[in-house]
Amino acid sequence: MAFDRAARRHSYYRHALVVRITHWVNALALAILLMSGLNIFNAHPSLSWDKSSYSRRAPVFETSAAMAADGRIIGVTRIFNHAFVTTGVLGLSQDAGRPVARGFPSWITIPSFQWLAMARHWHFFFAWLLVINGCVYLTFSLLSRHVAHDLLPTRLDWGSIGRSILDHVRFRHPHGAEAARYNILQKLAYLAVIFVLLPLMILTGWAMSPRLDSIAPGWVDFIGGRQAARTLHFIVAWTLVLFVLVHLFEVLISGVWNNLRSMITGRYVIPPEPHSKEPQ
Amino acid sequence: MIANSNSRRRLRRNLLTAMGGVLLGGCDALSRTDWFPKMLKVGESLSRHVQHAVTARKSMAQEFSERDLSPTFRSNGTANPDDAAYQRHAQASFADWQLQIDGLVEQPMGFSLQQLRAMPSRVQITRHDCVEGWSAIGKWKGVPLAEVLKLVRPTAAARYVVFRCADPMDQAGTRYYESIDMEDAWHPQTILAYELNDATLPIGNGAPLRVRVERQLGYKMAKYIMRLQLVDSFATIGGGHGGYWEDRGYEWYAGI
Repeated sequence: MAFDRAARRHSYYRHALVVRITHWVNALALAILLMSGLNIFNAHPSLSWDKSSYSRRAPVFETSAAMAADGRIIGVTRIFNHAFVTTGVLGLSQDAGRPVARGFPSWITIPSFQWLAMARHWHFFFAWLLVINGCVYLTFSLLSRHVAHDLLPTRLDWGSIGRSILDHVRFRHPHGAEAARYNILQKLAYLAVIFVLLPLMILTGWAMSPRLDSIAPGWVDFIGGRQAARTLHFIVAWTLVLFVLVHLFEVLISGVWNNLRSMITGRYVIPPEPHSKEPQ
Repeated sequence: MIANSNSRRRLRRNLLTAMGGVLLGGCDALSRTDWFPKMLKVGESLSRHVQHAVTARKSMAQEFSERDLSPTFRSNGTANPDDAAYQRHAQASFADWQLQIDGLVEQPMGFSLQQLRAMPSRVQITRHDCVEGWSAIGKWKGVPLAEVLKLVRPTAAARYVVFRCADPMDQAGTRYYESIDMEDAWHPQTILAYELNDATLPIGNGAPLRVRVERQLGYKMAKYIMRLQLVDSFATIGGGHGGYWEDRGYEWYAGI
């Protein structure tokens, strides 16, 4: 972990203080928003694509507990017209040692047991934290030209997209000068999270508010209606989870301590070219 | 070697489970303290202020067309009040029922269902958003609360309208109640509804009278209304939080 001389020469200040702080606040807020959100979902574990829940269209996703032919209670998940037995995870799971009918299991919800009022307190507090944190990050990143310098793809980046995809599926990571900047897939992933997924989360959250719906009556129909907004909120949330899983995986395989240190102290050690001899 | 790697794997799994347990247990423990939920509620209080800042006092909730109506309007909460006096009214089709209005008003009054039906009315097809996450679209007809308020004339001190309901919620006989502020009380879409989907309001949906507060969640829209009380504070009513569910941890302002 300690820097040796050579590493110190090949390290640079990668992440500004504001970026580091907002990164970790974001991580905490997103984790709590997901888990409290799933507790809220459990109060009505059903998603529709319509203006209301009770329309002529069937739900697109639903979990429930049902009795199997042999009399056992099982968890059932329905996606469109397909039913799956998901006992133990969705529909029916163990809570404090006994089976309970609930959408998502207790180990992934805040609070761990069904408590809608409390889950809402958690959710809205951390939603505001996320929004304020996001505003701080955006203001800093636009003014300091972090977005323009580090995140917007250059023409060269676009040309390297094929090679970058191949590098990623082979788990190969850039060394030397190339490691000092984000690759094209990394840039696109960050841009998508910052400018598409997180704004969509906030917008679909607003769409579920009867008061905010009254800003311009009917605007919610542009995203399919209120229940469609709830469905989108759910889908985008899991898309963010997918991003985080890939993000964590890449952090792990491209030098976990180096990456972690750069997001804590700001300093990032550039991996040397594999075949070039370093001057001693 | 195999036994060794197995036991290491088991150790790692147990460690992960234990860490997860501590984190989740920590969240549960924080939820049970006094101070932490109080801090969390800052979020909802911020929502209330921001939502009022970005929407007009009389901004209108979306109104829908007959095409959008839910095939049946779900009955939620109390489906049929377990109360002898209410059941007698229901047997008599609410012929002797009266809506009492008192408190901080210049002219306390009682209204029969017939009198309310004879007053100016409003019809609106709106979406009912439950705090649980579901919604249903229904067509409501009723007298605007504003029309009733014009007759009883709230005093300058009146800040809230409290809805007192017939339905007992538990063995102790705690009755449902709710409250809204004067901004929502005077709002044109706030109506005392006596019809749902072109028929007399069914018992499952709150007969003889329920309030519609279209810019808030369903639990604000009290059913089985018996009495309106105008007050300057709800601190001494019920648990002091302004409503049955509010006394059980839900926010008084239910705009999201």
